[in-house]
Amino acid sequence: MTVSNANWVGENLNSSEIELLIDGASCGSCVKKIESALTRVNGVSRAEMNFAQRTVTIAGTAKQLDLIKAVEQAGYHAKVSTAATEDEALSEKEAADFVYYKRLIRDMSLALALGIPLMAYGLIVGEMTVSTTKEQLAWLVVGLLTLGVMVFSGKHFYIGAWQSFKNHSANMDTLIALGTGTAWLYSMVVVFAPEAVPEMARHVYFEATAMIIGLINLGLALELKARGRTSEAIKRLIGLQPKTARVIRNGIEVDIAIDQVLLNDVVRVRPGEKISVDGNVIEGHSAIDESMLTGEPMPVEKTVGAEVVAGTINKTGSILFKATRVGKDTALAQIINMVKRAQNSKPPIGRLADVISGYFVPVIMIIAVASALIWLNFGPDPVIAYAIISATTVLIIACPCALGLATPMSVMVGVGKAAEAGVLIRNGEALQTASKISAMILDKTGTITQGAPKVTDVILAAEFDEATVLRLAAVLESGSEHPLAMAIVESAQERGLLLVQEPGREYAQGSEQGIGKVSNFKAIAGYGVQAEVDGKNLLFGNEKLMQEQGIELGDFVGKAQGLAAEAKTPMYFAIDNQLAAIIAVADPIKEDSIAAIKRLQNNGIRVVMLTGDNRDTAKAVAKKVGITEFFAEVLPEQKSEKVQELQMQGEIVGMTGDGINDAPALAIANVGFAIGTGTDVAIESADITLMRGSLHGLADAIAVSKATLRNIKQNLFGAFIYNMAGVPFAAGILYPFFGLLLSPVIAGAAMAFSSLTVVTNANRLRLFKAEEH
Amino acid sequence: MIIINLVGLLLIGLIVWWFWLYKPEETEVGEKGVVITVENGTYSPSRITIPSGSPVAIQFLRKDPSPCSESLLIPDLQISDSLPQNTLKTIYLPAMKPGNYEFHCQMQMYRGQITVQ
Repeated sequence: MTVSNANWVGENLNSSEIELLIDGASCGSCVKKIESALTRVNGVSRAEMNFAQRTVTIAGTAKQLDLIKAVEQAGYHAKVSTAATEDEALSEKEAADFVYYKRLIRDMSLALALGIPLMAYGLIVGEMTVSTTKEQLAWLVVGLLTLGVMVFSGKHFYIGAWQSFKNHSANMDTLIALGTGTAWLYSMVVVFAPEAVPEMARHVYFEATAMIIGLINLGLALELKARGRTSEAIKRLIGLQPKTARVIRNGIEVDIAIDQVLLNDVVRVRPGEKISVDGNVIEGHSAIDESMLTGEPMPVEKTVGAEVVAGTINKTGSILFKATRVGKDTALAQIINMVKRAQNSKPPIGRLADVISGYFVPVIMIIAVASALIWLNFGPDPVIAYAIISATTVLIIACPCALGLATPMSVMVGVGKAAEAGVLIRNGEALQTASKISAMILDKTGTITQGAPKVTDVILAAEFDEATVLRLAAVLESGSEHPLAMAIVESAQERGLLLVQEPGREYAQGSEQGIGKVSNFKAIAGYGVQAEVDGKNLLFGNEKLMQEQGIELGDFVGKAQGLAAEAKTPMYFAIDNQLAAIIAVADPIKEDSIAAIKRLQNNGIRVVMLTGDNRDTAKAVAKKVGITEFFAEVLPEQKSEKVQELQMQGEIVGMTGDGINDAPALAIANVGFAIGTGTDVAIESADITLMRGSLHGLADAIAVSKATLRNIKQNLFGAFIYNMAGVPFAAGILYPFFGLLLSPVIAGAAMAFSSLTVVTNANRLRLFKAEEH
Repeated sequence: MIIINLVGLLLIGLIVWWFWLYKPEETEVGEKGVVITVENGTYSPSRITIPSGSPVAIQFLRKDPSPCSESLLIPDLQISDSLPQNTLKTIYLPAMKPGNYEFHCQMQMYRGQITVQ
């Protein structure tokens, strides 16, 4: 949202707003015209145009199409501000970066064109000293040329330094400006008034000034290039968004720009094309490749009613779908937004570096002054020359940038890398904590298993028949969204025991005869359900429920245990307080769960399974997937207690669930992982969202965060060591022992390349590959 | 020599005073809102005051081409965003309790403060 001249204090920011980009507005007077055209549209409470940006923000309840029409009628063009402009924003950013890059290279070339010959002269011909008038004149010319370089190639350092000085703050510009400025000023004093300094100290340092400006510009240019690579992942995501869509308007198929697609538009996608916006299939069926978003390599079969998401590829059939989310609301746009935010956020590990960089520059200035004083008091002759060199070198070598860049650069690459694998990391903190996870709790249903159980066995008690039992059970469970209930309803449907299907409601066959009316429905969390159907009192649930209601189970307990040992969930079904049947439901284990759990365990992570199922089922599933520790018969509200239980044992706990009734547990865990269903990213309670169902995502997420944290530590260590060793070295700490004093030119090169090293090291993370599954 | 040393120490004292002890003036965000310009290594104005208890929108205009200035972080509010060059960017602040909230770029070289009264 972009609004100018607006006062938002106290205004309700949640009111519905639409932002349009206006084309064709060339003068200030257009603003009034457009604004008043829009205000006349029904439902518009306010329209404000930002002329500088050619955007207009409209508050109210009006429809997008009406607003666009109003602008068109006023003689201008309008489009919805969307992810397509994300693409434009990216190319604008790249263009701006390129201009900046060219400027840096130009500045660098000019400075080095003066600096390199001067330095060569100093090295080959000899001392750059001032003793005769002729030399004075010659060096005056060089000094003025250097001033030219400072003004032309280094003015951004001096302006930046002055601006921040006025603001009572100091940054890298301050250090560069002070360092090069000191060297130049001293040299000019030597040129104009050689007699003011001792004969031994009549040395000029113009080459240092020119070289430092050149090298730092070079460093900045290379850093800019390297930085471009850190955002490759986000570029790839933005690139997934197609630029046009084929919609049906007034019965005709037309290709329109993606930002013109409106809600409820009917969109046609042919084989091989990308899905343009999110929607629901209304005609046709096809296999859709969602790998670019979820990392899931197998195409997903979609038919009428299925959800399709922008950025995925339609492989086989031609489909029509109705747009349900467009522009900034599509899953892809939200993923881009989330990744961007996460890339900009910082993990706690960077905090110390933050505190240090807050004090860094003034401290370096103090060290420079102190160093000069020490040389002046205790140094060898010419003290003034040594004092100036050491102060200049200290100012130049110190690099707050390396310290400041260490964390964000790695986070940028790491979060992007994770997104490529279908792992969305909410922020830097989640990234850091994920690297330290010592125990992982996996919810069984929907996480380890497919979460779509099927009826496997119906064991009848004497006088009941299967059709009646299944039908009654299905009627009883028809209103429930519990996966076990849905399995029973589905099973009854498959056998033709349920007839009419309406959204959200199932009716039993022969409902006219009074069969199928559910009354006094009661769900008992963790136990089962109870209701009356056609005057029959039905009970459906686990052993505890039956015991509580005093129902005789006899040898069925043993049968149930037998089923449970096969990882099936047996449920007792009682009609009028008499046991009618055991209905067993099993939820197939996801293909790669076993391998993924093994990966976690190989990384030394304690894997614990959590389920509401009974002990026997839990034990059987756990055994199948190679888990030794599990919590069974856990009521939904107890899940978070189990997380806390492990935390009390000193574990850093990751909790993985499908987010349906796991929200409190996900929130309380050190890191909550939500297994996304396809591309649903609206899982708010999770720190990390796995966009595909596979548990390999967990191992990938942990591996990426470990690699990122390792990278951050290398960067921070490098930056700390560089500054901690470089600054005393520059101040001349080695001089008393070895007679070594660093040249300011070397310091400039070291400083320029220290931050480049950090960015390059962060870029190494791009090569990271989670171990193959 | 004594004079030189005294000048040096005075210089150190001035650095401490100018960069740490001195508090620059604050700009009040009133009816007209505020546009914070990001240019030449600084936020201008860098210290703003806003009333407590109501959401506020502030705007940033980044003119600085340096990539460092692109990120904007307000850690206490868990806000992290990027500022496109030469484009006004609105940052929505939730209703806040009185106190000081720092905002800065990724590397903390650009720094500012929001005072909620």
